[in-house]
Amino acid sequence: MSTNFIIKKGLDIKLLGEAEKTIVDLNAEKFAVKPPDFIGCFPKVIVKEGDDVKAGTPLYFDKYRDNIIFTSPVSGKVEAIKRGPKRRLLEIIIDSDGKNEAIDFGSSKINSLKKDEIVEKMLKSGVWPVLRQRPYSVIANPNETPKAIFVAAYDTSPLAPDFDLIVHGQGDEFQAGLDVLTKLTEGIVHLNVDANRTTSKVFLNSKNVQINTFSGPHPSGNVSVHISKVDPINKGDIVWYLYPQDVLTIGKLFLEGKYDSSRVIALAGSEVKNPKYFKTFVGASITNMVADNTSKGDNRFISGTVLTGEKIEKDGFVGFYDSIVTVIPEGNHHEFFGWLLPGFGKFSFSKTFPAWLTPNKKYKVDTNLHGGVRAYVMTGKFEKVFPFDIYPLQLIKAVLVEDIDLMENLGIYEIDHEDFALCEVIDTSKTEIQSIIRKGLDMMRQEMS
Amino acid sequence: MKALRKFIDKQKPHFEKGGKFQKFHSAFDSVETLFYVPDKVTAAGAHFRDAVDMKRTMIVVFMALIPALLFGMWNIGYQHFLSLGESPDYWTMFFYGFLKMLPIIVVTYGVGLGLEIVFAQIRNHDVNEGFFVSGLLIPMIVPPETPLWQVAVAVAFAVVFGKEVFGGSGMNIVNPALTARAFLFFAYPSEMSGDKVWISEMADTFSGATPLGDALVGNFDNMPSQWNMFIGLLPGSVGETSTLMILIGALILLATGVANWRIMFSVFAGGYIMGLLFNLWGINDYMLMDPLNHLLLGGFAFGAVFMATDPVTGAQTNKGMYIYGFLIGVIAILIRVFNPAYPEGVMLSILLMNVFAPLIDHYVIESNIKKRLKRMKAVLIKNQ
Repeated sequence: MSTNFIIKKGLDIKLLGEAEKTIVDLNAEKFAVKPPDFIGCFPKVIVKEGDDVKAGTPLYFDKYRDNIIFTSPVSGKVEAIKRGPKRRLLEIIIDSDGKNEAIDFGSSKINSLKKDEIVEKMLKSGVWPVLRQRPYSVIANPNETPKAIFVAAYDTSPLAPDFDLIVHGQGDEFQAGLDVLTKLTEGIVHLNVDANRTTSKVFLNSKNVQINTFSGPHPSGNVSVHISKVDPINKGDIVWYLYPQDVLTIGKLFLEGKYDSSRVIALAGSEVKNPKYFKTFVGASITNMVADNTSKGDNRFISGTVLTGEKIEKDGFVGFYDSIVTVIPEGNHHEFFGWLLPGFGKFSFSKTFPAWLTPNKKYKVDTNLHGGVRAYVMTGKFEKVFPFDIYPLQLIKAVLVEDIDLMENLGIYEIDHEDFALCEVIDTSKTEIQSIIRKGLDMMRQEMS
Repeated sequence: MKALRKFIDKQKPHFEKGGKFQKFHSAFDSVETLFYVPDKVTAAGAHFRDAVDMKRTMIVVFMALIPALLFGMWNIGYQHFLSLGESPDYWTMFFYGFLKMLPIIVVTYGVGLGLEIVFAQIRNHDVNEGFFVSGLLIPMIVPPETPLWQVAVAVAFAVVFGKEVFGGSGMNIVNPALTARAFLFFAYPSEMSGDKVWISEMADTFSGATPLGDALVGNFDNMPSQWNMFIGLLPGSVGETSTLMILIGALILLATGVANWRIMFSVFAGGYIMGLLFNLWGINDYMLMDPLNHLLLGGFAFGAVFMATDPVTGAQTNKGMYIYGFLIGVIAILIRVFNPAYPEGVMLSILLMNVFAPLIDHYVIESNIKKRLKRMKAVLIKNQ
């Protein structure tokens, strides 16, 4: 059974520098696991600097859920364990030996496996963290059974990677991954595809899952949108979600018996000379990706999309959950009468700029805020890019006043901070809405635990 | 432009913390950001932002007010010379009105911005752009002969008690510009109503009453033609007489999406429907007035387009906006007809609904919450 859902509210932002659909090998020398990628985890390190590791060797575990283990994505030597202020663990850097030896966890027939065996294998190999739960976007709790599992097979954010290309030719691994997932829930595994853009047979011919099609502008590819349309979260419900590359990782773990952390990463953005896809492993250093391939000048390197990604250095590492690296120019310059001049060529959702006359124009955006931070004045704007039956501004204000009951009543369980990215972009008052919502979600999680 | 930037960069350290002029930081910052959009970059969340900001939004409202303002200036002159029985050329009339208006505008901005900067400095935040618009709205809704000291007192009251005590722009309960107008209306009634104030330096023998002022004393014979009402050739507050010019402003606001069409539309709908209902009832002349005339007189259009649509003091939910706007229209006509001594029914009804807007929103949001709880209950029952 499949249903088509049409999302009307939202905004597709067209940017320059979309990745060309070719995949090349990235010979990254260094890889890193970054504990801050995992919301709500308190890392306890097992390895020391100088230790030899293989793909699948435990590096650290979560202090409060010690069966959740984080393992090395490649084989090599632990080069550095980087800490920040208050000894916060930032990165465990692995110097790859290029051989990519992996620990053997043993292959198995998926059909004959029980849920416990699957969970145990995924935990031991360090594959488990690819499963995250809604609400809160934290790593799934292995002791719980979700009411459904959602796989988003496409991404609608600006310059988003094309998952059709990424999974090409890996139908068996993908199906194996889905088969594993069906054993983890008593409900349905939903594979959500784009009605117009998804053409890959890998997705469309998937079995044992329910394929839902969606159409409409961003954020129609967001997991929260899928959940809200297909099987909304009520208080107490738990839904797990993951992305196509994660499904492949799970499939390979059971088919081949090893933690294969292969990732295809898109490199995109207006400052990239040759935007394209790179084949590498989880947590790869972007050094070899961006060296000689980005324009000179002050650039911002982002692991993830321009809407939700994390700022990294030009020798930084791709985040655990990210399939794209975006490079855009920094905007740290003053602009003379920028608010008063007509402003042709500037990106704006507001019709106070002439951008609405050229809806198909691709923009080069920089990181300038384009104004000062103000109290919320404008109303009725967020609703235009927010396809949920939730009052966005009221929810933001509920978080600001830390009213737990009101947050719950207004539907905070149904959304994630990424769903507010468009609101944040178009906000006249220039507030950091995603951080506010994240704070609200963290508050709820602490209150409920 | 480089020279200006260099000059600003050179002066900046004096105004920052520890500099010799640090007490004028807010003033300096407001001037700097007037010329230059700041160089601040995104720190968290989305890495790029929309080009729109509060200054851009406010300048659009400002521009939308210009047609009504220019016409108002001309109309001051026109009414003045009409009362004297003279008819000089257009420019003479315009400049007469321009010179009447300029001091009021200067005083409003001087007092208002001065207070805003003082508050910004004390509270340690940026100067908000809200007064940019309020400062033009206030001169447009007062009679042209308002004494300047009264303007100054009213503006100070509006900025301090209408806005800053609540935390500044974005936090206020009632519209600051209407607060100023209401203050004048109740504090200095003799200068704010009657038939002497609407035409500047009027000849004594001339009746200077507004059409609604005439209606108060039961005089419906002096009603101007509907066309003149639409164009705005009548005595009144400076900005409110010309429905045509206000509609041009409304077009600018709606095309740019700065004002919400839901509010604007429902205010007019509410006023018109109330006018029609009174027609049906029709026990006196006032009730029998053409509902269209109601919309053309007494600043109704000005209130609907520029005052009711204030996003901060209006309803903030889409459903709430319809209710909020509709009630403004209804109550404005109600006040006007049942108590003709208050031709300023529009002002009073908007202020009243400003106070009730949060309540309307509360019930709209409450229904959303109930829907969510109902969905949860349905699931619980199904699973039992």
